[in-house]
Amino acid sequence: MDFLSYLINGLGLGSVYAIIALGYTMVYGIAKMLNFAHGDVIMVGAYVAFFAISNLGLPLLPAVLLSIAVCTVLGVVIERLAYKPLRAASSLSVLITAIGVSYFLQNAAQLLWSSSTKVFPSVISNGGISWNGLTVSWLTLITISVCVLVMICLVLFINRTKTGRAMRACSEDKGASTLMGINVNLMISITFAIGSGLAAIASVLLCAAYPSVFPTLGAMPGIKAFTAAVFGGIGSIPGAFLGGLLLGVIEIFAKAYISTQLSDAIVFAVLILVLLIKPTGLLGKRIREKV
Amino acid sequence: MTQNRKPVLEVRELGIDFGGLSAVNDFNMEVYEGEIAGLIGPNGAGKTTVFNMLTKVYQPTRGTILFDGEDTAKKTVVEMNHAGIARTFQNIRLFSGLSVLDNVRTGFHGRVVYSPVAAVLRLPSYRAKEREIEEKSRELLSIFGLEEEADNLASNLPYGAQRRLEIARALATGPKLLLLDEPAAGMNPQETEELMQMIRLVRDHFHTSILLIEHDMKLVMGICERITVLNYGMMLAQGTPEEIQSNPEVIKAYLGE
Amino acid sequence: MKTKKKLPALMSAKYRGRTASYGCVLAGWLILEVMMHTGNLSSLFTSLLVPVCCYIVAAIGLNLNVGVSGELNLGQACFMSVGAFTAVCLSGSLARTIPAPLPRLILSILAGALIAAIFGILIGIPVLKLEGDYLAIVTLAFGQIVKSLITNMYLGVDENGFHFSFVDNQVNMAPGGKMLLNGPMGATGTERISTFTAGVILILLALIVVYHLMYSRSGRAIMAARDNRIAAESVGIGIFKTKMLAFAVSSCLAGAAGALYGLNYSTLVPAKFDFNTSILLLVYVVLGGLGNMTGTIVATVVLVLLPELLRSMQDYRMLIYAVVLILIMLLTNNETLKTWVQKLKKRYTAKGGTAHDTES
Repeated sequence: MDFLSYLINGLGLGSVYAIIALGYTMVYGIAKMLNFAHGDVIMVGAYVAFFAISNLGLPLLPAVLLSIAVCTVLGVVIERLAYKPLRAASSLSVLITAIGVSYFLQNAAQLLWSSSTKVFPSVISNGGISWNGLTVSWLTLITISVCVLVMICLVLFINRTKTGRAMRACSEDKGASTLMGINVNLMISITFAIGSGLAAIASVLLCAAYPSVFPTLGAMPGIKAFTAAVFGGIGSIPGAFLGGLLLGVIEIFAKAYISTQLSDAIVFAVLILVLLIKPTGLLGKRIREKV
Repeated sequence: MTQNRKPVLEVRELGIDFGGLSAVNDFNMEVYEGEIAGLIGPNGAGKTTVFNMLTKVYQPTRGTILFDGEDTAKKTVVEMNHAGIARTFQNIRLFSGLSVLDNVRTGFHGRVVYSPVAAVLRLPSYRAKEREIEEKSRELLSIFGLEEEADNLASNLPYGAQRRLEIARALATGPKLLLLDEPAAGMNPQETEELMQMIRLVRDHFHTSILLIEHDMKLVMGICERITVLNYGMMLAQGTPEEIQSNPEVIKAYLGE
Repeated sequence: MKTKKKLPALMSAKYRGRTASYGCVLAGWLILEVMMHTGNLSSLFTSLLVPVCCYIVAAIGLNLNVGVSGELNLGQACFMSVGAFTAVCLSGSLARTIPAPLPRLILSILAGALIAAIFGILIGIPVLKLEGDYLAIVTLAFGQIVKSLITNMYLGVDENGFHFSFVDNQVNMAPGGKMLLNGPMGATGTERISTFTAGVILILLALIVVYHLMYSRSGRAIMAARDNRIAAESVGIGIFKTKMLAFAVSSCLAGAAGALYGLNYSTLVPAKFDFNTSILLLVYVVLGGLGNMTGTIVATVVLVLLPELLRSMQDYRMLIYAVVLILIMLLTNNETLKTWVQKLKKRYTAKGGTAHDTES
């Protein structure tokens, strides 16, 4: 029974990683950049939700919607101000800029809201479903369902809508997309908007599980989710989903069966192993250079 | 005439599949010592794929490549070069961040060898070997009329000069067989004329055999002693320029029905 | 053309970059020494001298890896960590055998550099099989793993020899024994034997190693493999071996830098060398210019000092730091500004000034 409960907890944690990883992977797919500031958007989302619930007294759902709205706008603003002028620049310049944005958000949060940890109010009741001695908390159930829902919506959006198809076209070939009359800049903005909105959802789920809010909150989940995206094959949406879930399960199993202190090391070791066997991640495409 | 010479390259029933589709199949040819041979065919016939197999950029699916009488099945790209095959590329591949001189110097990587430790400590072996590399590189540059450009960045050279630099770099590796992939592409008739002279000079001066892919028929018919025609990944014909020019199959492949 | 030949060899285009680097370091050293001895350097700046030297050495190494070899490395701090804790442990356990600080410092730095280089080679074997962003992620992953491993190491020394324990602290030592590594607490009670002069010498050595390598057969191979992998292979350059050389030398320099750093503080925690430190080093390299060692030195000095100079702004300093970082990237990549600078350069050279061509 322990095994099953660890597995479900792992899927719960993995769902949060998966939602964050989707943001990384979509941005990478279309803008070919590693958006290191993504984790800090999660942090902003967490603060917004915290203030909406604690100070404004909003119920959970409106608080989440407010958080999504703020993060979406933030994501688009970051892209327009910091990344758009660097479309033609080297990927390293973009990377450093993303790091700058990450520092900026962390330090702005520290100035605005102080570096002391705030306790996120408990928003989801403690109980759960018990069955045959196995208890699954409401939070885990909700987290997994939200993740599945997000995934379904995203896949439908990407495959069934005109905008979704245009986004895919842009990630394949920007020049050809422009010739086909697609507004590439708009598509990139939409991608950032979706990714940042997802980060807000992830932030609330994360804070419901680990109820402390502080300026560097996004750093570690950010790196983990980023690892998950690479694990699944960066640029691939199902890959991010799969990578996130696997990463969560591996982390919980490592904590339970091996060592809490070494769980991070184990997670990263598994990533390295996977990349050695499949150099472009689980579902990543191998691009052959034309000679 | 060629029958008396030793073949430097023998290709037997060579083939490669990409994703289940056969790109080249049952390809046979040989290049003899000191020969200038041509490989022609319509676009997409698989000419560059043959070059990529000969240099092991692509691993052939079937067949054997004998180089200097030796089977090369297990060799890598680097080992093929050390064995004596050098090449140029259809889409020029120079080291754009290096100077013209340094591009040629890299060609001596496998021939004039000293250790990184000798370099860091500036040992006498470093100085002697570097002097040798510099002298030989400048000699190559002067043969190709690039000595004035030695210190410029390779990426700043005009197109024709870049093609010549690629040949110089390939020759620096001391090849027995030089593969030229469309050396005259983008050149005007006068440059092409000079290139033909240069290819003959390379053969005589460096004692290397040359196999070239080219669309410019004047160049191919002008300098190649034997020509192989490739169509849809299959060998269509082989022979002297005269034989090829009068071969009805070849004319059909080029002009259509 | 003719005037160029009359220039002394050190000022010729080929050597100008190197001369600038060495000159920069020596001038900085002289000025700072004079300031220290005349009492014009605040204690805050004096305390920054050794760390700045360490960051410069680690960044020069990283520039060889990222700028010259062209592989993004997000884990340079872990090699500093390996070097630092190797050196601290060695120095701690040799304190009685070699009481003189200087030979102990030299020995510890050498050991730190060597162990870090071995780590670099071991990590390089899997890392260098990958390409591009995937390679970067794996260096990040190794950085996290090394940090996590060192955080869980316990090492003590007493009259019976060394005692090692992993994850759970089970080191039981005879009285008078000394803990060298104490898990997340790291190393404590280290004798501070690093000096600024040692730092300057280390920078000069790092520059000599990197420049001598760059202008040799191996250096050309490293750059060729960066510029065009397939063409490099086609002229007989083994990519793996070549990239490994750059990676190992880079790790080795980071290890030496870490050793000097570790021996400059009485306490050192493993968390010091985390992902953020790796990123900071990368920022120094990119801002200084890829492959430009003088640039790396200047960028490191400026960026280490910037938050200190902004101390009067108190809370806003890190925010300003972040904005400066973003603005530099936006401005250096601005097309209109680029063409404008190029025009200015052309006019300057046309008037008979010296050409500002970069070293090739």
